[in-house]
Amino acid sequence: MTGQRLSVVRYRVPTGVHPPYDYPDYHSTRLRAPSRPLEVLPQRLTELTGPVFGSDRVGELDDDLTAHHPGEPLGQRIVVSGRVLEEDGRPVPGALVEVWQANAAGRYRHVVDNWPAPLDPNFTGAGRTLTDGDGRYRFVTIKPGAYPWHNHDNAWRPAHIHFSLFGRSFTQRLVTQMYFPDDPLFGQDPIFNSVPDPAARQRMISRYVHERTQPHWALAFEFDIVLRGRAATPFEEDDDDD
Amino acid sequence: MTTDGPTDSLGVTPGQTAGPFLHIGLPYDDAPYVVPEGTPGAIRVHGTVVDGAGTPVSDALVEIWQADPDGRFEHPDDPRGAIPARVQGFRGFGRCPTDEAGHYAFVTVKPGRVPAENGWQAPHLDVAVFARGLLHHLVTRAYFPDEADDNAHDPVLAALPPDRRETLVAVPDADGVRFDIRLQGDHETVFFLV
Ligand SMILES: [Fe+2]
Repeated sequence: MTGQRLSVVRYRVPTGVHPPYDYPDYHSTRLRAPSRPLEVLPQRLTELTGPVFGSDRVGELDDDLTAHHPGEPLGQRIVVSGRVLEEDGRPVPGALVEVWQANAAGRYRHVVDNWPAPLDPNFTGAGRTLTDGDGRYRFVTIKPGAYPWHNHDNAWRPAHIHFSLFGRSFTQRLVTQMYFPDDPLFGQDPIFNSVPDPAARQRMISRYVHERTQPHWALAFEFDIVLRGRAATPFEEDDDDD
Repeated sequence: MTTDGPTDSLGVTPGQTAGPFLHIGLPYDDAPYVVPEGTPGAIRVHGTVVDGAGTPVSDALVEIWQADPDGRFEHPDDPRGAIPARVQGFRGFGRCPTDEAGHYAFVTVKPGRVPAENGWQAPHLDVAVFARGLLHHLVTRAYFPDEADDNAHDPVLAALPPDRRETLVAVPDADGVRFDIRLQGDHETVFFLV
């Protein structure tokens, strides 16, 4: 099978962007981080393709986390919107964006979360949507509260929304967290600070955008998500000069 | 060879752990079904995720992505063309949270072999693991035990130290295969930088 055209795309491998697996300040990494170095997996067809999700995977109100119960959840109503892009700025259309978060009091609707903050009967905290042709997405939700955890003495997670993204390929898969501007809890949070490059950390912080607020209704935060881009040169295996 | 090109880019958004509450947002009813229940020839691919102490990881999520039985992908970047699989309802994708015992299970059909530069890759699943304590997801591959010949010629397996290859080959089971994922320590699964 030599000489066959295998693929026309290849994705850049980001360096110094993602957190290391072994990060002792985050205690849960201690028994879960691999002890052996990663092996290199050259990008071939399985890595260069990925699931294509249709609108049948997304319900009509899935992008409005305030509309999943008979009553409105408590808390500050916000619009979270932005674009899913590749590194060169090209939009990623049709990307599945899934989110989950704590309620306004910082409590998750989850059996494992039992700290003494109230549950909200009108808030589940899960949403999903597909990006449009320009890579845009938009959620309506409430601002999540900070919450304590047992990582270190008096540890608190800065307020955040969990984001899961599918780009065009398995290679672009990303799960991250969106933070809010000027959170005083950043300094003591090992998860936020596990990202080695301070500039890259800033890319996880949303931006307050007054123009996107809805008067007498909701504040607005913008969060663009950048997935790995394609390598500059098309990658083909049918070169006849080897 | 290609280079990674100029660096005048926006900067990739860093990964962060999915945390202990991923079940709120990620699982859905038929997510473990890569093919519909009752599909002829369907197999069960299942296993346990364990940590460095051998303790089952009960709050992980496993995703798989795979070719169809003809080794093709219904995707615009498959240069052979994006055509639907011959298996009705084939998705190529599955997602399953682990249970109390660290166990996950998918219903799928075995993929065909997939082209490589100079030959073929043995039938395989690309596997991603998300969990509390994983600051970024882990990527591995599952191969099939009844494909010894193809496995012996697979370029990914061939590039690994011989004593680590076996961590990527599932073991036969009554109704499919078992693929255990050991995050750390003895017989640690091979994880990849893609
Ligand atoms: Fe969280």
